[in-house]
Amino acid sequence: MTTPPAKLPNEPVITPQVVAEHGLSPDEYQRVLAIMGRTPTMVELGIFSAMWSEHCSYKSSKVWLRKLPTKAPWVIQGPGENAGVIDIGDGQAAIFKMESHNHPSYIEPYQGAATGVGGILRDVFTMGARPIANLNALRFGDPAHPKTRHLVSGVVAGIGGYGNCMGIPTVGGETNFHAAYNGNILVNAMTVGIAPTDRIFYAAAAGVGNPLVYVGSKTGRDGIHGATMASTEFSEDSEEKRPTVQVGDPFVEKLLLEACLELMATDAIVAIQDMGAAGLTSSSFEMAAKGGLGVIVELDKVPMRETGMNPYELMLSESQERMLIVLKPGREDLARGIFEKWELDFAVIGRLTDTERMVLSWHGDIVGDIPIPPLVTEAPVYERPWTPTRLPPMLAASDVPAPTDWNASLLALMSCPDLASKAWIWHQYDHLIMGNTAIRPQDGDAALVRVPGGHKGLAMTSDCTPRYVQAHPETGGRQAVAEAWRNITAVGARPLAVTDNMNFGNPQKPEIMGQFAGAIMGMAEACQMLDFPVVSGNVSLYNETEGRPILPTPTIGAVGVIDDIACAVGSRITTDGLAIVLVGETTGWLGQSLYLREACGREDGAPPPVDLAVERRNGDFVRAQIASRRIVACHDLSDGGLLVGLAEMCLAGGTGAQVALPGDNAVASHAFLYGEDQARYLVACNSGEEMVQAARAAGVPATILGYSGGASLEVEGLLSLRLDDLRSAHEAWLPRYMNATD
Amino acid sequence: MKARVHVTLKNGVLDPQGKAIGHSLNRLGFAEVGDVRQGKFIELELAETDATKARARLDEMCRKLLANTVIENYSIELVG
Amino acid sequence: MKAAVLVFPGSNREVDVAQAIELVTGRKPQMVWHGDGDFEKTDLIVVPGGFSYGDYLRCGAMAAQSPVMAEVKRRANQGVPVLAICNGFQIVTEAGLLPGTLMRNAHLKFVCRDVHLKVETSQSLFTNRYQADQVIRIPVAHAEGNYFASEDTLKQLEDRGQVAFRYCAPDGAVDAGGNPNGSIRNIAGVFNETKTVMGLMPHPENAVEPMFGGCDGRALFEGLVDALS
Repeated sequence: MTTPPAKLPNEPVITPQVVAEHGLSPDEYQRVLAIMGRTPTMVELGIFSAMWSEHCSYKSSKVWLRKLPTKAPWVIQGPGENAGVIDIGDGQAAIFKMESHNHPSYIEPYQGAATGVGGILRDVFTMGARPIANLNALRFGDPAHPKTRHLVSGVVAGIGGYGNCMGIPTVGGETNFHAAYNGNILVNAMTVGIAPTDRIFYAAAAGVGNPLVYVGSKTGRDGIHGATMASTEFSEDSEEKRPTVQVGDPFVEKLLLEACLELMATDAIVAIQDMGAAGLTSSSFEMAAKGGLGVIVELDKVPMRETGMNPYELMLSESQERMLIVLKPGREDLARGIFEKWELDFAVIGRLTDTERMVLSWHGDIVGDIPIPPLVTEAPVYERPWTPTRLPPMLAASDVPAPTDWNASLLALMSCPDLASKAWIWHQYDHLIMGNTAIRPQDGDAALVRVPGGHKGLAMTSDCTPRYVQAHPETGGRQAVAEAWRNITAVGARPLAVTDNMNFGNPQKPEIMGQFAGAIMGMAEACQMLDFPVVSGNVSLYNETEGRPILPTPTIGAVGVIDDIACAVGSRITTDGLAIVLVGETTGWLGQSLYLREACGREDGAPPPVDLAVERRNGDFVRAQIASRRIVACHDLSDGGLLVGLAEMCLAGGTGAQVALPGDNAVASHAFLYGEDQARYLVACNSGEEMVQAARAAGVPATILGYSGGASLEVEGLLSLRLDDLRSAHEAWLPRYMNATD
Repeated sequence: MKARVHVTLKNGVLDPQGKAIGHSLNRLGFAEVGDVRQGKFIELELAETDATKARARLDEMCRKLLANTVIENYSIELVG
Repeated sequence: MKAAVLVFPGSNREVDVAQAIELVTGRKPQMVWHGDGDFEKTDLIVVPGGFSYGDYLRCGAMAAQSPVMAEVKRRANQGVPVLAICNGFQIVTEAGLLPGTLMRNAHLKFVCRDVHLKVETSQSLFTNRYQADQVIRIPVAHAEGNYFASEDTLKQLEDRGQVAFRYCAPDGAVDAGGNPNGSIRNIAGVFNETKTVMGLMPHPENAVEPMFGGCDGRALFEGLVDALS
């Protein structure tokens, strides 16, 4: 039982309706009453609502997320902090995470996407890292849907606007289109940073009496959730509708980044946490909870942007570009000096206590008083019922028609929305700033960025094939991890760890929960088998509109390292006379292939199976061959299969190729060339025979398909296309779509 | 007093944003829209009561910072 | 060659240009904070890319009024060479050190990609390692790089050989296809009358290493070292 705090003027009565508007179920509200021993105040209710939201508590996903492997000798920090941390050697750590900003980006694409980038950047630099690269995974609706063009335009400009101003290169990502995203687009942003392994900062508060410091921008009424509309009468100027969309200021974030890194170079910081979702509530709560301490926050000391703000709004505002820091005693002036130099707000707003309670004061009155431990231990965790997705029947190649015009079929695939060049997008991202970008978008399977001040390179990628996950979540989850691992491998780097961004529909539907469970089981198995632990992640549920869910989309962001960046390869074929060698086995798997969808208008069959032992064997072989400099260019085979992969290599390097199906091939031509069997790579090398011999010795299937050269792509007896024509088809679709005026 | 400054591109300077707005309006069925020019609107609070002095200062502000007179015109409006 | 690189709060390519200078000179340039109106004498001043003070009013407009720029203007007028890149180019035009102005890109979008540039003259501190009419490939990264000047100014620039670089096609043809932002007469960079100040939108500092964007920008820095050491 806690002392009832002071009533604020116009404090509304907590009715069942107010509770429901805060997203708390009647059962959850009973837990609140049990913890508090009295009716909570409005601000206390708001805190429970935020902390027990799906976003902050992972209440539907927690039991499943525990199944993911998170450990490896190189993992310094797994899930649970602002971002994951891995050791990349030489006393350096890579710090990275991916996070969604789906709903805000649908409501206001520019600001939603921009603040998504801002949020993930803060998650990474909060831990002491200087961000060195951004990536993003975007899923939009059907291009023909009336909102799609506007959303693409705004999201891309927003991501660019924020990252470009911050001066962090945006080096990679993926963009897909599917009608299932018409009402719920996905904007998943990833940041990778670098820090010395002995200078990593965590959120756990320590030191009773230490000052709690607020830095960055002032707090306004940004992003206070719809639920809080219930408290409109609570506000003094309620006629003005609150902005529920956060607005980002990348210039301030740049100042915040520099100021934080400057402060981190001193010994002043005990703990630091950015104010992201649920702002001051989750940041102060998490710092105290992780440190096993209490905290008193004097809310009237919080720098405010607007007049008439109340404790409820201050605790729940999602204003951007703010940080909370616990300082060592006596370091306030040092820290103040740094933040004032960068013209940022700085305020001591409270201190740590030993009470394990969060106490909120407002002009001397206590307006909230919540015991911290039970808020964690009594937090709802749901084992939601789930039904597994049945594996669809395998589709035989003989059930899928071969193209009548091979040239036309490849042109159509290369210009379909999912495969068409995304240069229109990444030309709007500064992908070269910092001068460390070794493999640019479209030039390799993974982006490759030099680690500043040395010869190491970090390879990074983001992958998911939602149509596979939809067809069979377990296979799709396995495939997403395997493809990320393969993409890191294909540039010559060692895959190290993963961040996952789980985007799904309503978990209260057993079939959606089944998708989630299946994807996790597949991912867990792949991460285990490939020594590819999950070190950070984010869950975004309820991505559905009028009962129509998105395709289940567990986006996998991955990072790998290459010790000498000069040994890395891209996917560009730039010289004549290179042997084109197919590594891996081809069975001609057309189920769920892009060929099936684009050429036949069908989305059916089982997705290609993923044999993780074979993945590992083939990938280790390719990586070793790259390291020994026998491979000039390499591309993993995924969407669109072999022929699309070869076309991409030719276009990227501006050199043609002449290939033929292997003499001993028993697979139908269209299945061979467009099938999406996994664990395959296409490599270009000086000696095809040597490559095949080495592969045989390693027990890896490999076949010479032909040689590079000329200005066209030819498949003996089937297809002959000038690269110029292929390029026009590949590059024209997106600009034409974006410039169209219908 | 309060001042309002309008900054607009000079005639003859290409205004791609204005063009894009015009184009979008036409597309939405506002066929009557012809040329569109886009500008900036800046509202300032001044600790000055003398209108003549305020105008002179504002003129200086415009020339020094608020407008780029290579490509932009400005106009000043005093309110209250 | 001793160089100074200005640093505004929103500068973000100051590190890139400092690294390029260190690569060719073997020494780190002096980094000069925007509030610093009195910095050590150097052979070269670099105004780097970025977003200076957020660039909210007009790109470079506020930076042009900063204490450090007052000093840069003074030294430039005494003949100290100034290299102004991207946001730096915007700042020095706003400061009146170079004619013309940089407007929003004609297509209204940020553009980051390699472009081809035709070197207009080798007769300058900045371009002496290039040949006239040579075509080089270096990247651009900007939203407001659409160069504009009045007809009179353009005539004067061209008559006096003050155009440094023009955007072009890979074969050197100065045409609309090679122009990434709508710049008038494809102008990518200009000199002042004495050719001691050069501003350009493209980023030579991001083209100084073979694995990281090629080496076509390196000759600009090497030429400066030749001329100023």
